[in-house]
Amino acid sequence: MKRPRPPTWLERQRYLLDFTLSSLGRRKGKNLALAALYTLVVFALASVLLYTQALRSEAMRILEGAPDLVVQRVVAGRHDLIPGDRVERLSKIRGVQEARGRLWGYYYDASARANLTFLVPDRFWGKPGEVVIGEGVARTRLAVPGEPFPVLAADGEVVVLKVRETIPSFSELVSSDLVLLSEPDFRRLFGIPPGLFTDIALTVPNGKEVSTVAAKIRGQMPDTRPITRAEITRTYEAILDWRSGLVVLVLAAALLSFGIVAWDKASGLSADERREIGVLKAIGWDTSEVLAMKVWEGAVISLSAFLAGLLLAYFHVFVTPAPLLAPVLKGWSTIYPEFRLTPVLNPFIVSTLFLLTVVPYTVATVVPAWRAATTDPDEVMRS
Amino acid sequence: MILHPSVLALVGSALLIGALLLYSAYWGARILERWDLSSGSEVQLGLERRTHLVSTLLGYVLVFGIASLFLFVFTADSLAPLFTGAMCAAGSLKASPYGYPVLLLQIGGFSLAGIWLIVNRADSLGHDYPLVRFKYRFLLAITPVLLLEMMLRAAYFLDLKPEVITSCCGSLFGTGGRGVGSDLAGLSPPLAGGAFVILLAGAVAAGLLFRLVGRGGWALGVLSALLLPVGLAAVVSWLSPYVYELPTHHCPFCLLQREYRWIGYPLYGALLAGSLTGTGVGVLMPFRSIPSLAGTLPAYQRRLAGWSVGLLAVLAALVAAIVAGSQLRIS
Repeated sequence: MKRPRPPTWLERQRYLLDFTLSSLGRRKGKNLALAALYTLVVFALASVLLYTQALRSEAMRILEGAPDLVVQRVVAGRHDLIPGDRVERLSKIRGVQEARGRLWGYYYDASARANLTFLVPDRFWGKPGEVVIGEGVARTRLAVPGEPFPVLAADGEVVVLKVRETIPSFSELVSSDLVLLSEPDFRRLFGIPPGLFTDIALTVPNGKEVSTVAAKIRGQMPDTRPITRAEITRTYEAILDWRSGLVVLVLAAALLSFGIVAWDKASGLSADERREIGVLKAIGWDTSEVLAMKVWEGAVISLSAFLAGLLLAYFHVFVTPAPLLAPVLKGWSTIYPEFRLTPVLNPFIVSTLFLLTVVPYTVATVVPAWRAATTDPDEVMRS
Repeated sequence: MILHPSVLALVGSALLIGALLLYSAYWGARILERWDLSSGSEVQLGLERRTHLVSTLLGYVLVFGIASLFLFVFTADSLAPLFTGAMCAAGSLKASPYGYPVLLLQIGGFSLAGIWLIVNRADSLGHDYPLVRFKYRFLLAITPVLLLEMMLRAAYFLDLKPEVITSCCGSLFGTGGRGVGSDLAGLSPPLAGGAFVILLAGAVAAGLLFRLVGRGGWALGVLSALLLPVGLAAVVSWLSPYVYELPTHHCPFCLLQREYRWIGYPLYGALLAGSLTGTGVGVLMPFRSIPSLAGTLPAYQRRLAGWSVGLLAVLAALVAAIVAGSQLRIS
């Protein structure tokens, strides 16, 4: 008689996996409860990671259009208006292609109970007396194109401007609370005399010269503060990292309790499971095979909970407006931009999540699993 | 300290995996001390059971080690904007004196854990635990390396302070600077590339010889063990300029980015796994004379050699494709 060929390593693992799946199916209740909890933990952490990553890429995309260098005047440590003659002086610095005075500011709108950003764009396409408003402003003030837009000026008078159009919503994160207007209107509203600007934006085509130019400005105009785009980027990154790290730290408590539950579940073997292992050993299974089955069991639970949690989080962050997280991570502005984030999912997030969730689960269950795998069959049969 | 979720993941998992390792090492020491296969005592039975636990734990250490190595480079890469002048992982690793040692220890520790698992597998082929003493001495030897890596990893992240001025990858791996990176970049490219190609060809030849005739196992082991450091050095000094088509750019991390079609992953993957399996063959050579392994070990070694040859052939094909497909010509 010909003896059957012994199974290869891969086939063995497949049979073990097959058996594990049917064995898990026999104890649906217990395993589903654990998997649901696991999914919840993955979901919470994945939501934080996906949301920050998406915010970060959104912020970076916006900052790509920011000026290379912004020069502010500082008086007694406070930001002050900068005289227009500085524009001329700054544009003469070698390496600077263009210097441009900017006018922008905040306006507290009592009726909407929110801060609006007023900005004079580089080339305002409307006529004096007209404004172009962001979607958030349009929402809270119920303003549509053609309607009047009354604003309280700095001298107490009400200036009535007219809404020309609303800014399309493709970049609502930045434009939501924005009001664009012409230079004369801006000076009239805030009482800023001609020749003064909020700050000065510089164009420095060669990225390597930015820090040199900044140093020169510090030398020539000691009362100013040059801010490079890299510094702004860095600050955004640091804030987003810090916020998401803080939320993850809070979730660490949840992770810890999940680990305890997993450990408890894995060490408290039911009579059924003990009998199963006893029978397996009695029919000739090796300790290493039972252990391999236990490892597969952990892998199956981890993988399904991981994928389910990740999918749910993806749905939560990118399909719904992330109702559980947005208030913590987005900011505290009164006019929330209602933006849809561009989906970001990369190996970086997946591996972070893997180390954050699968490692604690595995560490918590490996010793109980081994203990279960090494129980003596006779001990089980007798009990 | 930077409170980045990935940093928390890396530091937290280092703590957990470190605890697993210490636990394994404790039992490794107990096994070395009390092991007596001829005894049927309770203690011996308990120890035999513990061996299963230790091998499972080390398996996990290896899997999580791969994940953390990957995440470590990735995190360093994404932290780069926090440091003035840093443009990729090269700059953020330079931001703290611990950065590069951690990376090297991680690669080394990962390889050692892999070899341990190969030895462990060989041990399970014999019925009488033939390699048990060697295996656990080896475990006690690699535990400090792995623990040191995890401690330095935590120290690295604690030490990082945003806005420290660091060099960007262009100047760090440029030939004018100092430090490990530029020493590697300053190696004569033909020398590094030549040594790499010769070693690679030698290892493939030795592997084929071993696979077909069963001879040359020692040569395969030595050549593949040398291939890992020489290969990494050659990637920095000789191969990477071909990828970037820029003779002055030597960064080993930009290879992992989308712009270069993620070529770094198959490249480093084949190099690591190919040299690991080949080294495993060499490490197992002294045990061929053990009676309980005489029947099974050579077959296992041949399988390992087959894997090694296959992976190194993939590596050779990748290198050839990079050099042939590049616009850059180094004379």
